[in-house]
Amino acid sequence: MEAGTLAPEVRPPAPAAPPAARDFEIVPRVGLPIVAIVIGGLIAAIAANKLWALEFFHVAFGAAWTIIDLFLGFVLGPILARLSIPARVEFTTRLMPKMLLIMPTVVTATLASGWQLGHYLGTIYSVYPNHGWIVASYIVVGVMAVIALGLLEPANVAVLFELKKERPNPAVIQKLMTRFIYTAAITGAMQVATLVIMTKVATS
Amino acid sequence: MSQAAPAAAPPDGPPQLPEEKLPPVTPLAMLSLGLIVAGGIYLASHLPEHVPIGPAAGLLIASGVVLVVNVMLLAGAPTFNWSLFTGVAKWALLAYVVIAGMIEYVFVKDGTRGAELVVLSCSLAVFAIHVPLLIGFTVARFQPLDEPGREAG
Repeated sequence: MEAGTLAPEVRPPAPAAPPAARDFEIVPRVGLPIVAIVIGGLIAAIAANKLWALEFFHVAFGAAWTIIDLFLGFVLGPILARLSIPARVEFTTRLMPKMLLIMPTVVTATLASGWQLGHYLGTIYSVYPNHGWIVASYIVVGVMAVIALGLLEPANVAVLFELKKERPNPAVIQKLMTRFIYTAAITGAMQVATLVIMTKVATS
Repeated sequence: MSQAAPAAAPPDGPPQLPEEKLPPVTPLAMLSLGLIVAGGIYLASHLPEHVPIGPAAGLLIASGVVLVVNVMLLAGAPTFNWSLFTGVAKWALLAYVVIAGMIEYVFVKDGTRGAELVVLSCSLAVFAIHVPLLIGFTVARFQPLDEPGREAG
């Protein structure tokens, strides 16, 4: 927004000049040891089958997954959609590489520990009184998985490759970022359903 | 043979998307993933009872057929950046084998055995192949050919 104006300025979507290529790591190698530690801890928690460890992984990483999706879908996404292309590029080259490591790790930890926790507590079995809510959570996670794996993550990776090119094509970046913003909003909305289901299960 | 449209922005005029005619890899991959997710939900929702494996197996077979069709259609694409596709897909495959392995480990740890384990394992295999294929495709479709005129396959 320019100085002196009060109404928020919505930038036109049509890209102008091609953004300059940037030097960055598509997968930040510095984060790989952290991912390895999390996966190692997850395996240990499942092997030990201890309630606290399983609760920790499921609640901590599940909360991270939900909050990241909600924040991306409803806060960062709309902001990103109104930024100029150079600002989007700047933001994207800093955020997306980290997301490539964070999201698969967070999702894997949440689902694997959640399944084991359900086995430990008996909530995944059909005799559980709130079994319908558990099945609903499977459906919500399944839909989110198909959208995230089929649309969001490939767009994330592809936009980073485009930005690494000597002359990135703004039209490609625009198309992929639009896909990213819309799918992030959809998964964010589905995370609201996750919150409803999980709080219902936890308080029953 | 048609040449790849330039992926970089032209020096004059508005930038254009590369206008490659490629098969519908993304919708088919999402269909395939949706089928195995449906099969997985069917099996998981009936635990610990043993349910007829037929519906889940049918969904898995349908998903596998869609995967094969997708690979065949992509292999027949006249112009495609195969070297970039391979370079991206192989690392994505490594990542998704680890993820699928974690999920498989939990199923085995929980005592899933027999036909259910076979269906779940095959479903994870389809998942671990199709997602990297999709990531590699989405990256490579917007990139120019490294070797102009190279045929797929």
